Amino acid sequence: MKTNDTSRREFISATLLAGLAVTGCSSGKNPFEPDAATIETVKPSGEMIKLLSVDGEVIEVDKAFLKPVPSLPQVSNELARQGIPGKKFVMVIDLSRCKSLKKCQSACNHMHSIHPGQNWIKVYPQHEAEHTAPYWQPTTCMHCDEPPCVKVCPVDATFKRQDGIVLIDSDRCIGCRFCMAACPYSTRVFNWEDLDLPKEIADKPYSCETSVPQKKGTVGKCDFCPDMARKGELPHCVSACPNGVFMFGDMNEDVVTNGSETFRFSDLVRDKAGYRLMEDLGTKPSVYYLPPVNRNFPFENKEEKEENKKS
Amino acid sequence: MESLAKEQIIKDLLPQKFGKAGKIWVGILLAFCTLGVIAYILQLKNGLVVTAMRDYVSWGIYISNFVFFVAISLVGSLITAVLRLTQAKWSTPLTRIAEIIAVSAITFASIIIVVDMGRPDRFYNLFIHGRLQSPIVWDVIVITTYFFVSILLLYFPLLPDMSIMMQRKDQTGMLWLNKLYAYLGKFWKNTAAQIHISEKAINILSITIIPVAFAIHTVTSWLFATTYRPGWDSTNFGAYFISGAFLVGAGAVVVAMFVFRKAYHLENYIKDDHFDKMGKVLVLLALLYLYFNVNEFLVPAFKMKKSEEEHLMGLFTGEFAYVFWFAISTAMLIPIFILIQKKGRKPLPAFIAGLLVVIGSWFKRYLIVTPTLLHPFLPMHDVPESYKHYFPTWQEWAIAMGSLAGALLVVTFFARIFPIIPIQETITEIEEHEQA
Repeated sequence: MKTNDTSRREFISATLLAGLAVTGCSSGKNPFEPDAATIETVKPSGEMIKLLSVDGEVIEVDKAFLKPVPSLPQVSNELARQGIPGKKFVMVIDLSRCKSLKKCQSACNHMHSIHPGQNWIKVYPQHEAEHTAPYWQPTTCMHCDEPPCVKVCPVDATFKRQDGIVLIDSDRCIGCRFCMAACPYSTRVFNWEDLDLPKEIADKPYSCETSVPQKKGTVGKCDFCPDMARKGELPHCVSACPNGVFMFGDMNEDVVTNGSETFRFSDLVRDKAGYRLMEDLGTKPSVYYLPPVNRNFPFENKEEKEENKKS
Repeated sequence: MESLAKEQIIKDLLPQKFGKAGKIWVGILLAFCTLGVIAYILQLKNGLVVTAMRDYVSWGIYISNFVFFVAISLVGSLITAVLRLTQAKWSTPLTRIAEIIAVSAITFASIIIVVDMGRPDRFYNLFIHGRLQSPIVWDVIVITTYFFVSILLLYFPLLPDMSIMMQRKDQTGMLWLNKLYAYLGKFWKNTAAQIHISEKAINILSITIIPVAFAIHTVTSWLFATTYRPGWDSTNFGAYFISGAFLVGAGAVVVAMFVFRKAYHLENYIKDDHFDKMGKVLVLLALLYLYFNVNEFLVPAFKMKKSEEEHLMGLFTGEFAYVFWFAISTAMLIPIFILIQKKGRKPLPAFIAGLLVVIGSWFKRYLIVTPTLLHPFLPMHDVPESYKHYFPTWQEWAIAMGSLAGALLVVTFFARIFPIIPIQETITEIEEHEQA
């Protein structure tokens, strides 16, 4: 009798924890609610796990009552179109730290299951003029404040959110590709064919915040990983870069971080003379670049070397 | 005497059954259309991957074909409206040719733009989620308007002709045709009141269609000019497109005049004088288009901004030089040279000049779309090698050629069903002439 009692209390606290994770999400049904059947059938295993309760107490829970937590329930299309209130997301890319390892690219491609060969993040070998130094320039979507792509979209499939992020709704896109013509940063890619995704990815419920799975006949691009932002985590490119090239943050809080270092955004951009790409076009990007001075690595263009070898 | 002449005119102009050449012609066009439909089914099944378009060249010959169709359809407004309102009486026999070219071209412009869509199944989104700020939505609005105004401009002048044809059931042949005429034009009694209303309506439509025609091609040019890309970012684009459109449309009319005259023995109606006059119109339009081309290329070439340089050099001496100079010479220089001479405005040379204009203009549209996309601001990078070039696949050619064949088929069938030269108007004009 007594054991039963404890296990129920433990169970309740576990549910509470899970419930906490759900608050803030508006979808009506709580996906963490265990159905009655599971409560009846689960037998305590005797192996206890320590957890931190809501009040900050350390509690012990039988392992049998824990179940893998599914990722956060998806926000509705309406909320995904509004964005996260009070935020203004920005990215700072420090060109002096990039050596074109392309870990950002592979992480992004993997997490978004992008069509092989296509990339949302590109790393350009830049060489402005004859006597200037070459450097690597990673590009994401610029999430412009005056986005040319959004202006031309005939069906509001690509839109600007209040938190500054420009997203694509692949359930609405008609595939006219006007946005691709309009984007001066060539950041958009098109899903020319069926993606042949593994079943578990293909079956994921689509959301414009995760951009997964990509859909045939629609446009895709870097989305600043708003699903990660909702969880309070960094975009995949930021956490994948071993050199801390990418810094992501909130302009309203005036903070950007690459995971290990955190900077005051305004100071960083002012002190290091940050700039944005193609400022003269008036697109007002949300991505800032720090000039490639005092570089951490020499510029070695392996791709070019390989090409030269071939030819 | 007069009534005999009238009977003769009617006999000459009534639609005729296809001869042997006509049947072969229709067969060839149908074959092209079928091939296009097959290619489109493949595209629907596999996606736009069957085209050679990729992330950089995201618009290819579908879009240039669309621009070509919209351009050619402008001639409806030129011949029927501009020449009508300026009282250029000589153009009467050409109005219907021009108007059916306009209707058929604008129809296929709409079809080809749906073919270009990645998700044609979501076409309805344009209506439930359409946003007025997008030039595509403007295009949808003005093209639809132009289509209906053109249909009406084709239909109203047909009414008296249909009553003439209904009176001659024995000569027009098939029964279903008569049913069609009856369905479309039975209410027409040729009373003075009806003629008055019809004339008034045609006048209103002629005035309406001019701004609408300007709008369709200006908006089409804005699909490009509202972007930042070198080669498209030009304030010259609206006028440049419109002048080119009038040129290619007039060229198409000259070609059609020649073919119809030959096929239906219309030498008494489409006279050498018509070729002479249309030849002069073509020279004027070609010079005008040349002028806008000089503006479009020479001014940026003088400055050679870095972003423009690659694009311009690609056209002048680089990758696209052959196509560029071919298009400039066939669409403008050679036709001007031919048509500026009196001998050159005889039917055959004028026909050749018109054909050159049409062919050159098709390639010109290709040059407007593709080279710009191959010269983005940031160099092409981090994409498979095949993404850095564009040459249409057989499916794209099949669909593009199929749509051109389809447009010709519409014109051909129209001429089979309806008189391609307005009968009633021709009679009225001759009567007026004799009275005077």
